[in-house]
Amino acid sequence: MTGTPPPAAPPPAWEDLVTAALLGTDRRTPPGAPPGRTAPAALLDAAAAETVRRRAGLRPGRAAPRPEPAPEDPRPALPAAAVRRLGLLLADRPGSGGSGRRGTAPDLMELLPQWLAAANSRGFAAPAEALPALLDAARGRTDLRPAALEFAGPRALWLARLNPDWRFALRATPGGGAVLPGPEETDRINQLWQEGLFAERVALLAAVRSRDPDAARELLATTWPTERAEDRLMFLDSLRTGLGPRDEPLLEQALADRSRNVRATAAELLSALPGSALAARMAVRAGACVAVDHTQDTPTLVVEAPHECDAAMERDGVVPKAPSGRGERSWWFGQLVEAAPLASWQARLGGRTPQEIVALPVADDWLSELHAAWCRAAVRQRDADWSRALLGVPSAPEAGGPGAVSLAERAKLLGTLPAGERAEWVAGFIAAHGLSEAFQLLGVCAVPWAPPLGRSVVDALNIARDAGSYPWSFSGVMGLAERCLDPAEAGRLDALLAIPDEPEDASPGAGGYWAEAFQRLGTTLRLRAVMSEELGAS
Amino acid sequence: MTQQGVRWTTDQVLALAPDAVSRKAGSKLGTAGPWSETGSSDEGTVWGLCKGSGTKPYQTVVDVADASGPAYKCSCPSRKFPCKHALGLLLLWSGGEVAVPAGQAPDWAEQWIAGRRGRTQEKQTTGPQGAGAADPEAARRRAERRAERVTAGATELEQRLADLLRSGLATAEQAGYGLWEETAARMVDAQAPGLAARVRELGAIPSSGPGWPVRLLEECALLHLLDQGWLHREHLPPALAATVRTRIGLPTSPDGPPLRDDWLVLAQYDTADPKLTTRRIWLHGTASGRTALLLSYGAAGRAPELALPVGLTLDAEVTAYPGAGQQRASLGEQFAPPAPTSTRPPGVTTTEAAARYGAALREDPWLESVPITLDAVIPTPDGTAWQLADAEEDTALPLSPTATSRPGLWRLIALSGGTPIKVFGEHGHRGFTPLTAWPTGPGEAVRLC
Repeated sequence: MTGTPPPAAPPPAWEDLVTAALLGTDRRTPPGAPPGRTAPAALLDAAAAETVRRRAGLRPGRAAPRPEPAPEDPRPALPAAAVRRLGLLLADRPGSGGSGRRGTAPDLMELLPQWLAAANSRGFAAPAEALPALLDAARGRTDLRPAALEFAGPRALWLARLNPDWRFALRATPGGGAVLPGPEETDRINQLWQEGLFAERVALLAAVRSRDPDAARELLATTWPTERAEDRLMFLDSLRTGLGPRDEPLLEQALADRSRNVRATAAELLSALPGSALAARMAVRAGACVAVDHTQDTPTLVVEAPHECDAAMERDGVVPKAPSGRGERSWWFGQLVEAAPLASWQARLGGRTPQEIVALPVADDWLSELHAAWCRAAVRQRDADWSRALLGVPSAPEAGGPGAVSLAERAKLLGTLPAGERAEWVAGFIAAHGLSEAFQLLGVCAVPWAPPLGRSVVDALNIARDAGSYPWSFSGVMGLAERCLDPAEAGRLDALLAIPDEPEDASPGAGGYWAEAFQRLGTTLRLRAVMSEELGAS
Repeated sequence: MTQQGVRWTTDQVLALAPDAVSRKAGSKLGTAGPWSETGSSDEGTVWGLCKGSGTKPYQTVVDVADASGPAYKCSCPSRKFPCKHALGLLLLWSGGEVAVPAGQAPDWAEQWIAGRRGRTQEKQTTGPQGAGAADPEAARRRAERRAERVTAGATELEQRLADLLRSGLATAEQAGYGLWEETAARMVDAQAPGLAARVRELGAIPSSGPGWPVRLLEECALLHLLDQGWLHREHLPPALAATVRTRIGLPTSPDGPPLRDDWLVLAQYDTADPKLTTRRIWLHGTASGRTALLLSYGAAGRAPELALPVGLTLDAEVTAYPGAGQQRASLGEQFAPPAPTSTRPPGVTTTEAAARYGAALREDPWLESVPITLDAVIPTPDGTAWQLADAEEDTALPLSPTATSRPGLWRLIALSGGTPIKVFGEHGHRGFTPLTAWPTGPGEAVRLC
């Protein structure tokens, strides 16, 4: 206790008693006691009186400097039912008991991201007593951090400054939680840009960029030549948000950068601007390699890959050295097509639409190389028309197999389509090819899933069950469905809850496990509906 | 007041869980999914059917209105008490009327409730006769024999303490744990569990870090004081003699007049050792201003039976145990189920808190801490430790080492946010241990333990 002990009383001082006790009364006669057999008892008598006296005399210590009060959180308080729900979600932390098999109970921790997103969209303030658990949850799961910290609000940053375990919250938030300068505070912006730490500057640039892309570019241009190469790379990368034609001069300048990575990033950004000079140069180079051969029965595309990678190409971001196992010429060709604006192909190939171009046969096995490069271009230029053409019809047989376009690329292409179209395409894909390949594609669909998509997932699960396999072959899709299916679909599941008669060729007991899995799905959906109601859903 | 008004909060329900695993399992079942035919009655009964792994759902009933805390019945085979189904059902019920509507109990639930209430009444009518049936003469002889054993134990312990002091505490560091374990076992044989527990704690002091000689001397001296108190109990005032008997570990029974009040549940927490879980519940009488401590025990792995949700008030009778400076009491008849309240206990300043502990030592020198509500304090970092700084004065109470290592500390700091809040806890020579706090504005009590 830091309390000041009372002033020492005349008879035996406490320190003397302790010394005598430590050494033993045989060696040291305690103060004020007769030596010999009664010494220990006398020492204990004195120590007992002294102990009680010391304890009774304890006074409060002097207060340390009090902490600065946490900033106010102006957001409205969370409704009581939602406070309770949050407590339950946070109590379900991994590692505390629980076995591998999940049974019929919903996986609460998996619902936390959704809950946080909903609470954030409605602008509620987190209850103060829940902040430690919330910060602990965010500490363990980086993917939760942005939403958890937004919900946790200013008081969480105040807390994080007091507890080293939560320092991540300060790193994740620009300026260690200090408020970023507002748009009008140009002096503070400039000062922070000139003097701030690297992380603070990245955050500042990102913030300014999202408000006013031109201002951010101009800010970057003021110090561009003096930045270190790694920093230049990070800063350049932040121009990805709000990229526009007016960024071209700075990017052109960066094409001549000393650092290869900076050059590559600048070239990549420029090629995403179809109107840029680099894109035009690439269009010429790529166009020279592809032509329509009308001498065949049907018009056919012929490819003549470049014979060398000259200095100009290299300056425009073409990497001259091919990875092992790939021919140099096809490697260069791929990079040219990938960086050329897609719109230029229509003019180059006789005014054909993207669909018609993709449908053209390609001579000499160049088809996969050419289509893969177009896919990358469509993703980079976010071109929905070309994406649609390259994706093709979802029910087409090659869409399911190992075709020219990989699943990962297809997921990226889907990302360029509007949400409704995306859901419909994936629904068609699942209807035709089942669920085994669908996981990656489902991941890019908007949550909650649109009705046609939800229906096709449930139908496909039903078919999988009837086929007699075990539900855990589909645990990935099942988990996604629990999180993404529209809660309104819960009613459709009721028919699936019964344990079906086991067909002869089915895996033993699968029916029961399926019923359990569907029950968990239904429970989770209902829980999500309740959660959103508790948060005052409209 | 109707039963519908007193649905508990999640925290209050989770506080009933016997361990962390049950808490987690119960949370998972606290959703509408596996439940059917749920309902609750005005008399404080909650029931429902929970779908488990088998074909037949488990039948779960909880009686929240019972006088000695909630009673549970579930057809599942779990040996946890309450089982996860009972916890899940209560969580569902705490969620509101949508999940668990008011209604009429089905037959299977009604039978159990009727049977239970019948037995409780029987116990109340037959209780006193049972106690009077024992032979007073035999009881007196038993008590005498036990007192002789305790006296022998206390004398032996005095001898051991004298030997230790003669050769010096420094030797205790080398002697290690075994010496104390053996002495503690002798005290158990002497039927003085209070002495045994103190002796066992002595064994841990030499390895407790810097300053151990001071702490060891303090505890040895207090143990000596207790021995002497027992050996000279005839010369002590009756109230102090009763305190000595309690501290030695002799059984006592509540003898004060029952005090009926609206008791606010201030805190509930468990301390576990390998054999026994001890639950402490602090109550504050809103009319009388009295503070009372209820103790409840459970065998290892089972939660003690008595459970009262923090932040509710209880219209009940409480009977004090004998002894000077003793807070312990037993819960008598409850007149209504626990009800929510916005009442908060009145508090004091840090200076008054320190003075109260000092004054309490006058009546019970072995007292480790006293229950205190601090009115307006700010949790403040002080180097690596924390203190509760008074909002008005330039004084502060340090937090005890136990409190500093608990996760509740951060809930307290978060709740305060650098502004003064009301905190209930235990204050003693090791510092303040916060147990419950109330936010600055309106809001429910927050458990910190």
